[in-house]
Amino acid sequence: MTAGRAVTVVETGPLATVQDAGRPGQAALGIGRSGVCDRTSYRLANRLVGNEAGAAVLEVTFGGLVLRAETDVVIATTGARCPGGPHNAPERLAASQQLRLGPPVTGLRTYLAVRGGIAVAPVLGSRSTDLLAGLGPAVLSPGTRLPVGEPTGPMPGVDVAAVADPTAGDLVVHLLPGPRRDWFDDTAWTELLGQEYAASNDSNRIGVRLEGRPLERTRTGELPSEGMVRGALQVPQSGSPVLFLADHPVTGGYPVVGYVHDDDVDRCGQLRPGQAVRFTASHEAVDRRAGRSSAG
Amino acid sequence: MRVLPSGSTALLVELDDIDAVLALYAALVDDRPPGVVDLVPAARTLLVVVDPERSNLGAVEAAVRSTTPRADARAVGDVVELPVVYDGADLEDVSAHLGCTVEEVVRRHTGDDWTVAFCGFAPGFGYLTSASGGWGIPRRDSPRTKVPAGSIALAGEFSGVYPRESPGGWQLIGRTELAVFDLDREPAALLRPGNRIRFVDVGTS
Repeated sequence: MTAGRAVTVVETGPLATVQDAGRPGQAALGIGRSGVCDRTSYRLANRLVGNEAGAAVLEVTFGGLVLRAETDVVIATTGARCPGGPHNAPERLAASQQLRLGPPVTGLRTYLAVRGGIAVAPVLGSRSTDLLAGLGPAVLSPGTRLPVGEPTGPMPGVDVAAVADPTAGDLVVHLLPGPRRDWFDDTAWTELLGQEYAASNDSNRIGVRLEGRPLERTRTGELPSEGMVRGALQVPQSGSPVLFLADHPVTGGYPVVGYVHDDDVDRCGQLRPGQAVRFTASHEAVDRRAGRSSAG
Repeated sequence: MRVLPSGSTALLVELDDIDAVLALYAALVDDRPPGVVDLVPAARTLLVVVDPERSNLGAVEAAVRSTTPRADARAVGDVVELPVVYDGADLEDVSAHLGCTVEEVVRRHTGDDWTVAFCGFAPGFGYLTSASGGWGIPRRDSPRTKVPAGSIALAGEFSGVYPRESPGGWQLIGRTELAVFDLDREPAALLRPGNRIRFVDVGTS
């Protein structure tokens, strides 16, 4: 048993939750994957403090977190860089010392890993808070004491990881045709690829709502709900696409016109309200089609 | 079978109807292709989610195309009995819609062999279809803002059980005391795709 290793949340900022790699394998039961929005930054945070790959961390939205160490701990922050401490680097926090994260310079979500991992009780195999399904640990609130697990591996011997900060400018991501690309004509597809969208204020862990000229469907009628994964670009009646992130519904009833390539989805999790995003056609779809025809 | 693209980590298999989805889903659960992390059945589609570090879409598509669907999918799932008190607020409306008595609605609902075709809407919410069909119940004109947990409901060809209190537009015909979704139980979800459900009339209580 751990001897009371813990950190306490003093202030949360706009939203802070416990997250890990989520709940894969349960979507057939209506249980979504959830987990961190930016998986790349999450993996780095755990590596920097010598944690196992699936350890739980804090996902801090637009800074503002104040954390007090109850015992000596080692932490690292990754993702959106907040003033207040080293970034992309392990850091010691002595008992009773506080870490105070200011608003991030760029990006939206900061990952804070503690050596040993955040050891709250898992729910259905994961410590992730799923805001859509209402599963997992409660959203963090001031005064929450978070148990920290025992370290399981050695420190990596890295002082600073050289990774780029989330972009402050336009984000450009690769888009693949989705299952309902044929609900839209080529004009709409060109419009989707040609225009600049802005991430709306209503965006959250479920999805990024995109503001731009609405897309028109060529096909009307209802679509029976169908399964989707993160990166889906769904077009509701309004014509303004929603780009789904970690807490997306397991199934949706609006046509998915396209998918952001999985390699680019993490960067969409760093989009700030008002930030511009553009789509560029991915060539991977062509590769898959070629593979299929050669297989007969 | 039509295989539609769903990004760089999934395929959406489109099939003729719910029974074809169930049959392919059951076969893929029995013999899951390597690297498949999630199978998500729905009304006409089956989403196949792939871990790109363990397999690729081409290999998984080939495996799905060479899978023989289980024609007996409705006959092989675990049987779950749900005790029901048939006193739902919409029972009269449902009987009027079907043109029969309330007793006849209860007799049909308990007599049908229901199968969980797919889940969604909320964790543990199953869309149940019966082999005999013929329900065709319209949704309520205005959805309720609060449907109590355990409510047994009908909409279209589906029956369902609300796992927890939530808004809902289905017609309520009864309630069960058995929690269909309970995080303190293993497994938490009683209604899993392919499971066979028998509703048992336990009278009023």
